[in-house]
Order: sequence, then structure tokens, then C-alpha cells
Amino acid sequence: MRLYWEIARRGYRRFAAYPAATVAGIFTNVVFGFLIAYILLAVFAEQGQIGSYDASDAVTYTWLAQGLLMTVYIWGWYEVALRVQSGDVATDLQRPLDFQLYWLAQDLGRAAYHAAFRGIPPFLIGALAFDVRLPGDPLLWLAFPVSVALAVVVSFAFRFLFNLGAFWLLDYRGVAIIAMVISTFFSGQLIPIALFPDWLMHLAWALPFASMVQAPIEVFLGHARGVELAGLLALQAFWGAVLLLAGRAVFSAGTRKLVVQGG
Amino acid sequence: MAGGRAPLPEHGYLTIAIELADVEKTFVVWRKRGRVRREREVVRAVDGVSFSIERGAMVGYVGPNGAGKSTTVKMLTGILVPSGGRVRVAGVEPARHRIDLARRIGVVFGQRVQLWWDLPLQDSFELLRHVYRVPADRHRRNLDAFVERLEMAPFLATPVRQLSLGQRMRGELTAAMLHDPEILFLDEPTIGLDVVAKARVRDFLAEMNRERGVTVLLTTHDLADIERLCERMLIIDHGRVIYDGGIEELVALHGAERTLVVDLAEPAPPLELDGARAERVDGPRQWLRFRREELSAAELIAAVAERAAIVDLAIEEPDIEDVVARIYRGDAAVTQLGSDPGPAH
Amino acid sequence: MADTIALFGVYRRLVGARIRSQLQYRLSFALNTLGTTLISFVDFAAILVIFGRIDALGDWSVGEVAFLYAISSVTFGLADLVIGHLDLLPRMIRQGELDVLLARPLGSLFQVVSSDFALRRLGKVIQGLAVLGYALVTVEIDWTAGRAGMLALMLVTGVVIFCGIWVAFASVAFWVVDSTELANAFTYGGNYMAQYPVNIFGAWLRRFVIFIVPLAFVGYFPALFVLGKEDELGLPEAFQFASPLAAAASVAGGWALWRAAVRRYRSTGT
Repeated sequence: MRLYWEIARRGYRRFAAYPAATVAGIFTNVVFGFLIAYILLAVFAEQGQIGSYDASDAVTYTWLAQGLLMTVYIWGWYEVALRVQSGDVATDLQRPLDFQLYWLAQDLGRAAYHAAFRGIPPFLIGALAFDVRLPGDPLLWLAFPVSVALAVVVSFAFRFLFNLGAFWLLDYRGVAIIAMVISTFFSGQLIPIALFPDWLMHLAWALPFASMVQAPIEVFLGHARGVELAGLLALQAFWGAVLLLAGRAVFSAGTRKLVVQGG
Repeated sequence: MAGGRAPLPEHGYLTIAIELADVEKTFVVWRKRGRVRREREVVRAVDGVSFSIERGAMVGYVGPNGAGKSTTVKMLTGILVPSGGRVRVAGVEPARHRIDLARRIGVVFGQRVQLWWDLPLQDSFELLRHVYRVPADRHRRNLDAFVERLEMAPFLATPVRQLSLGQRMRGELTAAMLHDPEILFLDEPTIGLDVVAKARVRDFLAEMNRERGVTVLLTTHDLADIERLCERMLIIDHGRVIYDGGIEELVALHGAERTLVVDLAEPAPPLELDGARAERVDGPRQWLRFRREELSAAELIAAVAERAAIVDLAIEEPDIEDVVARIYRGDAAVTQLGSDPGPAH
Repeated sequence: MADTIALFGVYRRLVGARIRSQLQYRLSFALNTLGTTLISFVDFAAILVIFGRIDALGDWSVGEVAFLYAISSVTFGLADLVIGHLDLLPRMIRQGELDVLLARPLGSLFQVVSSDFALRRLGKVIQGLAVLGYALVTVEIDWTAGRAGMLALMLVTGVVIFCGIWVAFASVAFWVVDSTELANAFTYGGNYMAQYPVNIFGAWLRRFVIFIVPLAFVGYFPALFVLGKEDELGLPEAFQFASPLAAAASVAGGWALWRAAVRRYRSTGT
């Protein structure tokens, strides 16, 4: 257990080593945050209430989505695929570490850094410039970090899964990009799922991706209370477990193939 | 970058190809002191360098890492602007007339690739024809000559990224010479090459210098390159030229010390002898340094034989490596350098 | 003049070599382009979703917003094609590749621009053209020769404006280590912003994209003329014809910044 804590710390430090990049990233977040906020405000100027959202919800959503962007890290993670492709995974198998848990620990460490330094700052800036809605209920202030942590796990598990495509495909990037595009759209990262047409909204909530971004946002906005809140967190946990297990199964299949072929 | 719009001087027949007078280059570096604070430090990479090179000469430029070699060459090729002093290459100021000068010089960077990585070698040559605007027939003639000379026909169609280092270097040399430059600047051209490849490169350079009159400034760590190719050598250290003269002179001046390597029958403490000192001891083997004029080898051997039983021995003559290393270390009396008067002024 | 023609010849050859090298892997290239096309559609899907809920955004109908989106996509995609590899500049500087360029008898910006021509970026252009088709069918445009001309013109000036912005923000790479992310905020951010009518943005942002980084002239102003719309911002009608001016300003600004940047590089060596 102690070992995985160290790994998580390493994951944190890897990103803490580049403060300049973090600042640049915050700037990008802020730019897009402003643009998206204005666009959504214009939408809600036409229609004051859409589903469970009003203008203030939409603006809060915007800045939460920007904060979650790097924290949850849906886009652009190929580390496992690269290790599989280069054959380095063979040495990893020799180590007394669980491959998946190793990467999960690293990712959680990373997420901690990003939550603190790419999550909070843009949100604070957005909160200063716009009329955001903060949770009134103290329970939500506790539930939110839990939901974010679960979101990171779900995102990681999915990334891990499609990264494993490298075992079978020479050019895994094509699959990876399709996976990332779909997950980004259905996670609610681009526009709130509440704005989707009904049929698409139902589809979105049936997929695991909503648990990556939209779920913690709904928690923060107070759209899920009491039993619904528990249900939402359980949904995230469910998808996290399912995807992690799927990842383990696929990884076994992949390593078996590796052994048979001799790397 | 487009150079200044001042008219270029008439080229005529210049006897001096490269000229530097009190050239300086200082960099401002911000060093980290603690977590946040930064300290401003001024680094004098080139600190008053003066020398001139005649047209048609082949000169070696040597120095330890960080001595200012690359910085000097960058100023000569127009990449960097000097902080002080005057630079003239082929009669023009490189920094102000970068593009015009670039047409008349060739550059080979040992560790950076000038050829197009993904394309077949011959495509790079063809592209360079257009970049340097070489008339087609002249380009063809040069290319054919170099391809034959450097035996590149087997891999002309191979993408550059698939070439071995030796093959790539031959390509780079060709690329630098295709437009008939007056001056060739080489930065570590033989680094990483095997013995055969090095010989090829050296032969090619010697021929370019001899038969085409190309002035060559060769920056290198490999002193054997200099020994084979250059009559004159400049040593730079800490931004200053500490030697400018012939190679033999250098060895003669500072190479008066020879080394007797003796294998004794048994390990012994460092031998104490008149006129010789034990520089190094490794078990039964000792390295004894002595000066030519003080002691002959025969005398020293006799002196050693009196003290201890000798199993085997050898005499090492100073070579340029030795000499240069000692100059870097400050062992040699640098102020006693004689020789070349340096720039005319 | 002969010099310029010669330069164009060199550009054609350098870029031609890159194109040939990409087309060698025909299947991979086709799939890549298809992939880029599909991915770009996701962007537009967001707009369609929005218009599933409302009828007009800042007084612009779905077809009109689609028009803006299309112009932004096509012009940005073409600029990306020609100059997008400027994003690699920080790496080039770090690895000393810039010195190799400076040793050649050609301008540095010219060489960097002619170093690539990533065909797969056509995906965004293709997607933009498709949406443009949709827009032209959806919106009732009162076509005149002037309006048709303006449409053609805005496609050209839009590309030029984005190129100028790209060069300007890439130049920052000479001052700031690893500045790509910073530049992206303006190039990709600019693309995103130009997809929407300028009047929905806050006053300070509007002024910024009209007077400082002229993104409003990629789509918004010329579009007002083509679509025959009133400018809600109440700015003079002349603005609708000012895109060539904005393009010139953008290029001038970018070029000036680049030259200052290279001058600094040649002085300080970093």
C-alpha cells in the first residue's frame, strides 16, 4: 500500500515539475471558459430554463468543466499504449507491481496536482467574472470531491482500456482518437448533457462517459439530492469497477498474446 | 532573416577570407538561486578574439566544451550577432548580410542534420539546388563528381533517416559543397565515425582545399583531424585564443617532455630520479616524464635500471592531444606562445 | 519581382517534397484525413444541439451561425495546412534546428513555413465546406455579384488573418520556453470564437477581437454583408468591407513580431 502511495506521489511530482506549463494551461482554460460562458449565456438569454439548468447553472457548469478538463484528462493520454508498442511492457511484467494499479496510482497522483492547480484557479477566476452558483448544502461540498475522484477513476479505466488496443493494432492512434472524441462529447465536456435532445440525453446517461465530467458537475450544482445523489455516486463507482475489470481482462489477453508471439 | 539593404562591397579578389578583430559575445544568463529568485549573470562566451585566415587556408579550431568555439562559428556564419568587435567573412559582415553570405559559404554541423530527413538523399541535393539557385549544369557536374568521389551511388535513393552516420556525413559534405562555396565551416564533422569513414572525410576535405581552393575552418575535438589536415591551429579556451600557430611548433614548444613507461619486476614507490618525475604509478608500471634537453632516454633508462629491475619499457612521444590537454589544464606556459602574428592590425 | 517568383518556386518544391512523402502512405493518409473530418464534425454537433433548444443565438439563426462556423472552419483549416506546423517552433529552437535554417540563403520564416504541409488537416476544410453547403441551403441569401464576391474574398482574407495570428503567437516561442499552449489559446481559441456571432461576447472581448486580434473580420463583419444583416453592435457599415485591411494588419503584425523575435534570437543565442 505504501508503495502505491509513493507511486501516486511520483505521478504528482511529474506534473508539478513544470509550473510554467501549468500557468500556460490555466490561461488556455480561462480563455475557453470565457468563450463558452458567453455562448451559453446567449443560449439562456433566449430561453431562461432548459431542463434542470438556468443561466447561472450554465455558467457554473462552464467553469467546472474547464477545471475538470485536465483533472479528469480524457484527451491525449497514450502512456500505456506507448509502453506496449515499444515492448517495454515486457519489463513491466517482471516487476512485483500490479500493472493496472501502478498506472491508476500514478494517475490519481497526477489528478491531485491538476485538481489543485488546473482545477481550482480557472474556477476562481470564472467565479470572479461571472455569477456562479456554489453549493449551499455542506453535504455537497463533501460529495463533490468524492465524485471527482470517482470521475478520475472512470476516465482512467477507459483510457487504460483503449490504450490496450496497441497490443493488437499497429496504428492504435486511430482507435484512440475515435474513443477520445466519443468520450469527450458524451461526457458533457463540450456542452451540458442537459441541453441534448431527450433521446441523446438518455443515450448519454446510459454510457460510462457521463460519469467522467457531467456527474460531478451535477453533484456540485445540486441537481442530485438525497437518494439521487447516492445513486449518481454509485453509478460512477459502478462504471469505474466495470471498466477497471474489463481493463484487467483485456490486459491479460494482451499479455498472453505477447508471450505467445515472443514480444 | 533578410539582411540589411546596404549595397554589398565589390568582392574582387580577397586575400583574407575570414577576419575577426576583438570580437566579443556576451550572454545574459539567469541562474536560479533558491526556489523563486533569479540571479543575473553575464557570461563572456567570446572575450576578445582576433585572428585572420587567408583565402585557401585550412585551419583547425580547437577548444574544450564551452570554450566559445561554436559561438565563434555562429558569428562567422551570421547566425549570431557579435556583442563587440568586427567580423568579416568573404569581405562582408555576416550578421548584416546573412542571406548573401549564406550563398557563398558552406556549413556542416556534425550533430545536426541539414538534409531532409524523410526524403531520399538525392532529393535533398535537388532541393538544395533550388535553395542555393545553382545553375543546373554546374550542379550536375558537382554532384556527379562528389557522388563518385564519395562513393554514394548505392544509397542515393535511400531516405536520409535510414542512412548510417558515415553515409549521412558524406551526404552533408556534398550538400555543403554543391553550390561551390568559397569558405567551408565544419563543426565536428568526424564525430562518431569509424576509422574508414574518418579517413574518407579527411581526404575529401583535403581535396576540396587543394583542388578547389576552398578556405576551411575545421572545428573539432579530434586532434588527429587537425594533424592530418591543417598546418595551422587555433586553440580557444574561456573565450580567448590561447594559441595560434603551426602544429609542429606547438608540439616543439610544449612537447619537449617525453614519457618513459617502465614495467618493473615488482611494484615500487615512485622512482625519484634527477631530471625525471614519476607522473603516474600503477602497480609495477610507472610513467616517468623527462625533458629532451635535460636527459636522454638512454640515460634515464640506465638510471632506472640502477634502482630497480626492468621487465619492459616503452617511450611515448608527446602528441598533440597531450600538448593541448596540458595547455587546457594550464600546465604549459601559455604566455610563452610564440608564432603567428595573428590578424593584420 | 524575379526574386519573388524564384521564392515561390522554392516553396513549391519544398512543400511538394513533403506532400509526396505523405502520399507515399496513401491508405494511412486517407484514413487520417477521414478521421480529422469526422472529428471536426463533433464541434458542429455542439451547435446543432444548441439549436435543438433555441431558435436564434444573439439574433442569428442556425443557418447563419452555421455560415459563420463554416467560414471559420474552412479558413482556419487552410491556415493550419499552410502554417500550423509553426506549433513545432519551440522544439525546433530547443534542438538547434533554427541554426540550420539560418545557415541557408533564405528567410527564416519562409523556411519554417515551407517545412511542412500536413494534408490531413484538409479534414477540417472538407468538413467546413460541407457545413457551408448546409448553410447556403438553409439561409435565404439575396445573392448579388457583390455578395458572391464577398464570400470568395472572406475565404481568402480569413486564411490570411489566421496566418498572421499564428505567426504572431508562434513568435512568442522565442521569449517563452514551450509557448505552444499559449499560442494555441489564441489560434484554436480564435477559431472557436469566430464560429459564433461577435455580439454575444462581453464588451471587452468584442473590442479585443475587433481592434487588436482581428478575428471579427474572419466571419462576422463580412458575413453581415453577405447575409444582409444589421450590425447589432452599431458599428459603421465600412467595417463589413474592411477584412482585407484586417488581413494586412494581421500579417504586418505577425511579420514584425517574427522579425523582432529572430533578431533577439540572434543576439542572445536562445
